[in-house]
Amino acid sequence: MMGKMILKQITHNGLWYNNPALVQLLGLCPLLAVTSTVVNALGLGLATLLVLIGSNIIVSLIRQHVSDAVRLPVFIMIIATFVTITELLMKAYTFDLYQILGIFVPLIVTNCAILGRAEAFASKNTLGLAALDGLMMGLGFLLVLLVLGASRELLGQGSLFRDMHLLFGPAAEAWLIQPFGNDYSFLVFVLPPGAFIVTGFLIALKNSIDQNKNNRDKRERSQPVKGIKRVRTTGYIR
Amino acid sequence: MFKAITKNAIGLALFASISAVLLSMVNRLTEDKIAYSERLFAQKALLEIVPKDLHDNDLLLDIQPIPKRFWPLLGLKKEQFIHIARRNEKPIAAIIPSVTPNGYSGSISMLVGINANSTIIGVRVVEHRETPGLGDKIELRRSPWILSFNGRSLKNTSNSAWAVKKHGGDFDQFTGATITPRAVINQLVSTLTYFEQDNARIFSATSAIGVSENK
Repeated sequence: MMGKMILKQITHNGLWYNNPALVQLLGLCPLLAVTSTVVNALGLGLATLLVLIGSNIIVSLIRQHVSDAVRLPVFIMIIATFVTITELLMKAYTFDLYQILGIFVPLIVTNCAILGRAEAFASKNTLGLAALDGLMMGLGFLLVLLVLGASRELLGQGSLFRDMHLLFGPAAEAWLIQPFGNDYSFLVFVLPPGAFIVTGFLIALKNSIDQNKNNRDKRERSQPVKGIKRVRTTGYIR
Repeated sequence: MFKAITKNAIGLALFASISAVLLSMVNRLTEDKIAYSERLFAQKALLEIVPKDLHDNDLLLDIQPIPKRFWPLLGLKKEQFIHIARRNEKPIAAIIPSVTPNGYSGSISMLVGINANSTIIGVRVVEHRETPGLGDKIELRRSPWILSFNGRSLKNTSNSAWAVKKHGGDFDQFTGATITPRAVINQLVSTLTYFEQDNARIFSATSAIGVSENK
C-alpha cells in the first residue's frame, strides 16, 4: 500500500537516513552544549520534541493561508510561541532542570532543525504526515542526544542517570549507576571537546553501518543503489 | 501591490495576536506554580544553612538591607538582603550573601551563615561557572569540602590559616584547581570581617520586614 510506504519512509528518515543530528547536522549548538549528562540530554530532547511536533502541526494547518512573503516570520512566530510555552511549563514543573539547561531552552527557537522541518516538510504536507514527521525527527534528535549524553556522562564522570530526580521525582535518585567507583573523572568528555569527539564517532558509526548495508545490498543485487550527495550532509539522501 | 502588503500585514498581525493570547493564557496557568517553585528554590539554600528545627521564623521574609558602604567587602553589585534566623523572636544567625569575582571563570555567589558568636555555621555556593569536574567541588552535591568551614571564625582560625594547605593554610585544595578554593576562602574572610563591623546593627533590628535604605 502506498500510504503505509510513506509512513514507513517518514519514520526511517527521521530516525536514521535523514537524522537531524547525525545526517543533517542541524541543532548542533544545543546538542554539543547540554549533553554532559543523560538527564540534561533527556530534558532538552523532550522539550525539542514537543516544540517540533507542535510547530509542524500548526504550520501544516495554516500552510494554505499564508503567503510566501510572510511565511518565514509566521513560522518563527509559531515556533517561538511553542518554545515559550514549553519554557513556562518546564519552569513550573521541573524548575531545577530548567535552572541547569538555562539559556538552551529559549534557544530552541534558533534550532534550525525545527524551522527546517517546518519549511521543508510541514508546509507541503497534510496534518497527519507533518505530525508524524515532527515526532520522528524529534525522536531522532532525542535519541542522538541520549546516546551522546550517556556516553559523555559515563566516560567523563563515570556515572549513568545522575540527577534523574530532576525529571522523575525523588524516587529516581536511586537510579544512579557508578560502574567505575566514586572518584572516576575524565575531564575532556565533560567539556565541549568531548562532545565533538563523541559526535564524530557516532557519525562514523552510522556511516559505517550504512556502508556495510550498502555493500551487502550490492552483493545481493549486483546493481548499486545510487544516492544524491547533498551539501552539508554526512550521508546519502534517499 | 499595496493590497498584497496590507493583506500580509493583517495576516501577520493576526498570527501575532493569536500567539499573544495563547501565551498569556499559559502564563496565567503557570505563574502561581512558577512563583512557588522559585520560592522553594530560594528557600532551599537558606534552610540548608539554618535547618528548620533551629529557627521558627520565615527566613525568606525576615530580611535586612546591607548599607551601601559594605557592598565592596561583600562583592555585591546590586542590592541583596541578609536573612535573619530567629528563635522565640531572638536572632540566632544571619545568612549573608557574598560574591567573589576571583573565581577561575567569573564570579562565585555564596550564602554565608554566621551565628551570634561570629562563627560560620554553614556556607553554600548558589551560583558559579567553575570547571565541571575540577572547580565545581565547591558544590555540596559534588564534594563535602564546603562543610569544612563550619565552626570556623576569625578568632579560632588565624589569618595565615585562612588559606589552602598548599599555602600553609587549613583547607584542602582540589587537584588541578587552586584558584577556586582560594577565591572562596578569601571571600569568607571578607564576609566575617564585614560581620564584625555590622553585627550590632543586624542583630538589634527587630523582626520586621527590612526596607531598603539605599534607594
